[in-house]
Amino acid sequence: MTQTELSPAKAEGLLPLSSEPPLPYSPAMETSDAEVIAAVLRGDPARFESLVQKYSPRIFATARRYARRESEVEDIVQEIWLKAYTKLASFRGDAPFDHWLMRLAVRTCYDFLRGHQRNREATFTDLTDPEDDWLERFAAAPEATSENADAAKQLIERVLEQLSPAARMVITLLEIEDRSVKEIAELTGWSVALVKVRAFRARAEMRKVLARITRDKYL
Amino acid sequence: MNLDQLQKKLLAAARANPPGDSVPYAFEKRISALLKSRPIEDPLSLWARALWRAAAPCAAIMLVLGIWSFVGQSGSTPSPTDDFEDQFVDTMLVLDQAEETL
Repeated sequence: MTQTELSPAKAEGLLPLSSEPPLPYSPAMETSDAEVIAAVLRGDPARFESLVQKYSPRIFATARRYARRESEVEDIVQEIWLKAYTKLASFRGDAPFDHWLMRLAVRTCYDFLRGHQRNREATFTDLTDPEDDWLERFAAAPEATSENADAAKQLIERVLEQLSPAARMVITLLEIEDRSVKEIAELTGWSVALVKVRAFRARAEMRKVLARITRDKYL
Repeated sequence: MNLDQLQKKLLAAARANPPGDSVPYAFEKRISALLKSRPIEDPLSLWARALWRAAAPCAAIMLVLGIWSFVGQSGSTPSPTDDFEDQFVDTMLVLDQAEETL
């Protein structure tokens, strides 16, 4: 498949990895990235702008999984691009540029989570009314409760914020983005065994958080 | 409440609502401006900066070792050269005795 056969949004790489399957490998697309990177490394930093334009939507979508406030998201994405620029010489070109960039993005997001650990301490007594209602509806009829409700979305955000950085990272990549253990190992730089261990612990940690929600609510 | 089911439901909610991929207006221009103000550093300048940072601790270690060796020499402990003389004589005597017994 060539770039011309893709839809405009796909051809420009505007869709996040999580909602769409990865773009099929296109030599034409990768050659253009390689040319841009070579030009930047030769001393033409203005060419870097095209990479930023092309891949920023994906990077923003990734950063928004780990930070809620838009100012934080922008800071993370900015840091990712600055790192990408300073480390560009280390991109060997044996894999697509977006893989290299996503590794950098995921690791920067993980650093952000570790740096903001202290904000995790919160109670669930301040659940909003829609969240409360959603939980009550779920308790009454689990199967009938919709997962598309805004309340469910807010509640999972709240639960994820309570997890440790590693647990949040693993749950997001494994359970929400539906990535394989091997992919997670490549993205995070952890070993496959470590990803498995952290996934096991993350699920247990999430169950504990959920148990706390229900305890706070019903006791 | 079934926690496993709740966990699955909430994860399904997260999957059903992926975050937006919108980019702030002229974000790439902002990155370009930042990059212009922060050019790529060459390895030599990084090396030089690391050396300058190491200079102070090295000077401190040198000073401490200098003071320690000075205080050690002026103390009441016997000098290592006296010990060496005794040990050398003892060794020679032992060798002499060994030769005599053979």
